[in-house]
Amino acid sequence: MDDGQQTVSWGRQLARQALLIAVSAVTLYPVLWVVKLAVSPQASMGGGFNPLPTGFTLAHFERVLTARDTLGNLLFPIQLANSLTVSIATTLVGIVLSTTAGYAFSRFDFPGKDAGMKAFLVTQMFPGVVMAVPLYILMDELGLLNSMAGLTLVYSTTSVPFSVWMLKGYFDTIPRDLEEAALVDGASQWTIFTRVILPLATPAIVVTGLFSFMTAWNEFILAATFLSGERHMTLPTVLYGYVDENSTDWAPFAAGAILVSLPVMALFFVLQRHLVGGLTAGGVKG
Amino acid sequence: MASVSLSGVHKRFGDTHVVRGVDLDIADGEFLVLVGSSGCGKSTLLRMLAGLEQPSSGSIAIGGRVVNDVAPRDRDIAMVFQSYALYPHMTVRENMGFGLKVRGAAAPEIDAAVADAARVLDIVHLLDRKPKEMSGGQRQRVAMGRALVRKPKVFLFDEPLSNLDASLRGQMRVELKRLHAKLGVTTVYVTHDQVEAMTLADRIALLDKGVVQQVGTPAELYDWPANRFTARFLGSPGMNFVEAELRDGRVFAPGVDVPVVAELLAEGTTDGPVWIGVRPHDLRLEVGGAAGAIEAEVDVLEPMGWETHAHLRVGDARWTARFDAADAASLTPRGRVRCSVAPRSARLFARDDERALYRAPGPT
Ligand SMILES: Nc1ncnc2c1ncn2[C@@H]1O[C@H](COP(=O)(O)OP(=O)(O)OP(=O)(O)O)[C@@H](O)[C@H]1O
Ligand SMILES: [Mg+2]
Repeated sequence: MDDGQQTVSWGRQLARQALLIAVSAVTLYPVLWVVKLAVSPQASMGGGFNPLPTGFTLAHFERVLTARDTLGNLLFPIQLANSLTVSIATTLVGIVLSTTAGYAFSRFDFPGKDAGMKAFLVTQMFPGVVMAVPLYILMDELGLLNSMAGLTLVYSTTSVPFSVWMLKGYFDTIPRDLEEAALVDGASQWTIFTRVILPLATPAIVVTGLFSFMTAWNEFILAATFLSGERHMTLPTVLYGYVDENSTDWAPFAAGAILVSLPVMALFFVLQRHLVGGLTAGGVKG
Repeated sequence: MASVSLSGVHKRFGDTHVVRGVDLDIADGEFLVLVGSSGCGKSTLLRMLAGLEQPSSGSIAIGGRVVNDVAPRDRDIAMVFQSYALYPHMTVRENMGFGLKVRGAAAPEIDAAVADAARVLDIVHLLDRKPKEMSGGQRQRVAMGRALVRKPKVFLFDEPLSNLDASLRGQMRVELKRLHAKLGVTTVYVTHDQVEAMTLADRIALLDKGVVQQVGTPAELYDWPANRFTARFLGSPGMNFVEAELRDGRVFAPGVDVPVVAELLAEGTTDGPVWIGVRPHDLRLEVGGAAGAIEAEVDVLEPMGWETHAHLRVGDARWTARFDAADAASLTPRGRVRCSVAPRSARLFARDDERALYRAPGPT
């Protein structure tokens, strides 16, 4: 890798770096603005184009982290727990359901297979908001309003179909020879799934898992519809509370936004090596 | 170890009838090569032996037990796939041990079996590599190692050498032969390569369009092909044919006049249209103007050094002859050439159904 770089001429090297700096600047500009709002003591939306902070304080973070309800209980840990519960549950439900379903759609023939895949696709064509009202009625009937289980169910209805499609597509690329070899070796169908197919599908599972997690972690509209009361809220709805019609408190909003982004950034950082696929290389042929 | 037998086996995929009534008995310890051109149903037949496909009708027995309804894992077979089908996420050691592991063998037992097989195949130094860290030839060995480890009763090979380059293929061929001699495990080996078939087989089963054309030792198939298809398939360059007439104990075609060997002729053969077939190395060049049984025109000469391949026209047919290089020195393109053929070397085939009209001599 390093050798390759040294052979690039100075001119090209310069042009490449300039381009990268430009792209980084464009990407980071809004982020810097959020940071500026979050750490500047006198935060305001004004101040021209300068994205650099005009001072430094952690007061806004403190305000977000130490918000209390009327009884004096800390809210942030509860709300963080809500968000984590819903997101992790959605991810787990999504992975369990969509790996098994995706595998079945990829490998088995059964009545309704094509119709099933198309139905999954159709659900992806409607934005979540369209479903908000019917889902609200359903959740109400089921007594799942204002519960993390209900919200998990709702999020799963959007994330599972996508994940099934993704994973089915990935399973399709895993050669059948591998399964037949395992069958002859003596593995049961379940062993083949868990010991051969799932390990090979790790990159796709990581991607779909990350997708499910982020869908649930960032989602606002449905959460705002189904949840009420500070103690039941997830973090995006909490953030919105800082900039509703009564007040536009951008500083705590920005501080909160940074806090909310951290777990996702950490996840990406941890999982990035899995995101680069290609685990099946070398199994069959040359 | 076990015998394998197929009787009346058919396989249909929807409307396509791929295997059309195969009867085959493979003896305990035998190396049987299933050979045939692409798409003739070799893999399908092998996959039915493995239990990866169900026969549409007929029965398959391994070691005397009918296995039609037995799952692949309980058939006591091991299969080497053309693609090798190594598990990409496992090391060679894990790949080879997988079969024993999922069958619940204890770790020390697995280690010992893997080590044994690795030693036999000379892949001990590869045990901790992943498939993607190996060359094609090494993967091929590992695939064989995985089959070896379980000590199955029957080995099934589906074109295991076809992804290797020519020299490696030759090397692995020798090694396969050595391995079979050592282990003596019943083996069914699928290939479309006649050289592999001739060199490896105890017996060859030649398949065409889902039907077994002939079963026998390589020498039997080569010397006494049961029909024109077999005669054409084995040998390189292939047997030469020309449409001829069987009349009064002789075979005539334009430029051809060869006496019939009556004792070889199948009973009930009558005069009439036939094919005469002659292998390229059975054509002798008649130098010095002696009258030959076959007169031809030289088309192209291909000197190989030790011999010369002469492309000839015999009547309308194109023939190939392999002449001694020194003898062929006098030949010129477009010139006439006289050849002879020992009457016993020529082969006759019926014109209508192409069955052989000569029978191998010997005890009946
Ligand atoms: N699952 C299947 N569904 C439908 N047709 C099939 C299926 N498997 C094989 N066939 C057909 O059966 C025929 C024989 O296939 P098979 O794979 O046995 O050929 P083969 O002799 O192994 O050829 P090759 O030398 O190319 O591997 C082919 O025409 C193929 O298209
Ligand atoms: Mg095949």
